[in-house]
Amino acid sequence: MKGSFGFLPFIMGTISVTLIALIIAIPLCILTAVYLTEYATASLKNMMLPLVNTLAAIPPVLYGVWGVLFVVPAIQQYIAPIFGINTSGYSVLAGGIVLAVMIFPIMISIMVEVLQTIPYELKSASLSLGATKWETIQHVVLIKAKPGIIAATVLAISRAFGETIAVLMVCGNVPKIPTSIFDAGYPIPALIANNFGEMMSIPLYDSALMFAALLLFVIILIFNLISRIILNKLEGKYNG
Amino acid sequence: MYTYSTSETEETQDITAVGLPHLEIKDLNVYMEGNHILKNINLALPNNSVTSIIGPSGCGKTTLLKTLNRLLDDTQGVVVNGSVLVNGEDIYAKGAEVTHIRKKMGLLSQKPFPLPMSIFDNIAYGPRIHGIRDKKKLGPIVETQLRNVGLWEEVKDRLDQSATRLSIGQQQRLCLARGLAVEPEIILGDESTSALDPVSTQTIENLLIELKKDYTIVLVTHILRQARRVSDYIAFVYNGEILEFGPTEQVLLSPQHEITRQYVKGFIS
Amino acid sequence: MASVKTRLLKERIAKLFMRLSGMTVTASLFFILGTILYKGLPYLSWEMVSQVPQGGFYIGKEGGVLNAILGSLYLAGAATLLSTLMGVPIAIYMNIYIRSGSRLSRLSKLLFDVLFGIPSIVYGAVAFSLMVWMGIRASLLGGIITITFLTLPIVVRTVDELIKTIPGDLKHVTLSLGTTRWEVAKIFIRYIRPGILTAILLAFGRSIGDVAGVLLTSGFSDNLPKYIDEPAATLPLAIFFQLSSPIPEVQGRAYASALILSFIILTIVLCTHILQAKQKKHKI
Repeated sequence: MKGSFGFLPFIMGTISVTLIALIIAIPLCILTAVYLTEYATASLKNMMLPLVNTLAAIPPVLYGVWGVLFVVPAIQQYIAPIFGINTSGYSVLAGGIVLAVMIFPIMISIMVEVLQTIPYELKSASLSLGATKWETIQHVVLIKAKPGIIAATVLAISRAFGETIAVLMVCGNVPKIPTSIFDAGYPIPALIANNFGEMMSIPLYDSALMFAALLLFVIILIFNLISRIILNKLEGKYNG
Repeated sequence: MYTYSTSETEETQDITAVGLPHLEIKDLNVYMEGNHILKNINLALPNNSVTSIIGPSGCGKTTLLKTLNRLLDDTQGVVVNGSVLVNGEDIYAKGAEVTHIRKKMGLLSQKPFPLPMSIFDNIAYGPRIHGIRDKKKLGPIVETQLRNVGLWEEVKDRLDQSATRLSIGQQQRLCLARGLAVEPEIILGDESTSALDPVSTQTIENLLIELKKDYTIVLVTHILRQARRVSDYIAFVYNGEILEFGPTEQVLLSPQHEITRQYVKGFIS
Repeated sequence: MASVKTRLLKERIAKLFMRLSGMTVTASLFFILGTILYKGLPYLSWEMVSQVPQGGFYIGKEGGVLNAILGSLYLAGAATLLSTLMGVPIAIYMNIYIRSGSRLSRLSKLLFDVLFGIPSIVYGAVAFSLMVWMGIRASLLGGIITITFLTLPIVVRTVDELIKTIPGDLKHVTLSLGTTRWEVAKIFIRYIRPGILTAILLAFGRSIGDVAGVLLTSGFSDNLPKYIDEPAATLPLAIFFQLSSPIPEVQGRAYASALILSFIILTIVLCTHILQAKQKKHKI
């Protein structure tokens, strides 16, 4: 780790893990949120929402343990062989899956809130024209909710970027650009966590790492601001 | 004398409808969370005319309207007994298919709710849902309906703009055009002018009077003057029951029921 | 009418996928806890919770993780106490003393929103750098301070949300009675008191589970935490280190430690639920 500090592998690592997590989480969360607000009975809702919130309370280290115990072997034994690939299981895919579950609660809770602000009369207008509920959801509800869905995604991304521990435990920590989802990767937070200890001995190293931390901080800051602006606009619109 | 009384002993029916009534309500009882909101409603709405439903607030007028196109289906805790016949077909029959029932009834709600899309797409929404995808067919439909409500000249150059940019009066006319685009037989209006300025209100009222030639129109209103201007018949709902039904002039000027008289004179509201 | 059937069929398929999604999401919770229970239970023993690591613990010999359990409890407890003591006044100050809608109030709310979203690794890195610069070594105190700042935005935000739920009329009435702002604050606190308890639980849950914030700041130790200026073990770190061992016996202990941590977390979640249910009963 001397000489040049190319950040590219680490950035690619962070991006790939986050991308996989989003691909898994966004459809699942939209469908779940829509189901909870439009189709589920009140009792089902009251059961599911606390469960989803409990997911939010689980500390990342436990997600990491689950990743090691369940996700990594699952990839090694079941998923990778389908594609004919040999892997230890410690991969960006594992990181993506674990990260996806971690962002479920935040995405679902924001999406549910946003969907609940859609005025009932708007849905009535579509239903009165003879549309089915699902058509109403597709063409009216989700369109109206789009900014909120984007805000939820952006917030989830910022959470995903910062997630150190769980991902570190299942990613393989190999500093190269992952070429397939079964490759190991090395996201930025993991880089910071793993190498801080050595930072004392190599002077240039520590400023590079601090730069990494700063980079992370700034990116997350920007994402948080963006989603906050979107959400504030939405709240203002519907409270007016 | 066109009087429809809810008392079991007297029942004088004499509807001037030609043929089968488009819309007929039989023994309708609606309960919400256990409360008996609509009691024993029996009403045959005269075809090709405007019937206004009037009555003090909270007495079930809007609920009555919503049962007509089964919009209460989604509300929890609602029980509907009885039948609503559209051209003789009971929409509450077991297995009745809701979307094609709703297609027959256009709803104009209190505040205009344009869909989050362009003006063109708003009007085309209904026909598209029901299978007309061809732009060549949709174009004329959109134009016809916009002309029907007098919006065509105002928006013909900006059909692609979002419908939310229109003024509130224009939006309500848009919603009317949108509802007409699916070729309903019946138009339902729920206080459809209460959010509008006087000029837009008059435009909508005149439109409804025009439209009654081809549609059966049922309006809920709390403005007695509007009921007088627009409707041919009036149904007075009090405490969930229809206390009186008859031609406008008769109900407003010489009501049969004491409570009707009090409401019409403004003693109760 | 055939097209109506197709449309209804599309809705049925969509509903199926929605149900599947919902089940996947809820199932993941049970998967996680279930896996930890399944793999951890065989290794859970009385020694694990009552002893500190004896010599050779990390290569499979006797001992337990009592050092980490107590370390975590002390750390989380102290940090939660501090962040509550600081956070509640800050939130109240933001709502009462600063005119709402003013630049300052919007800025401070934005500040805490941003701080809320910062990952713990950044807190840890910053704290570590500060400690190095000041020449302090890793210790329980270092961990406590870091975690305090980590959980401070959580407390502030939660209390802020609570204050928003106070009916506007109550706010106006109290203010118009000519009371001082300090009196108003006292009334607010009394109103949201049960909610503050929830905030405390939330902060505690966050503190006890965090790794990145304590990794570099509180260090690790095999001894029971006794002095605040010495390194102390925390449960998440214990799990982390044990897991990286090549010896299966030690890895198994990691699972058991994870089980212990899960148990603590679930207790907190349960308490939060019970509290919230009780609150709902007494709401006006």
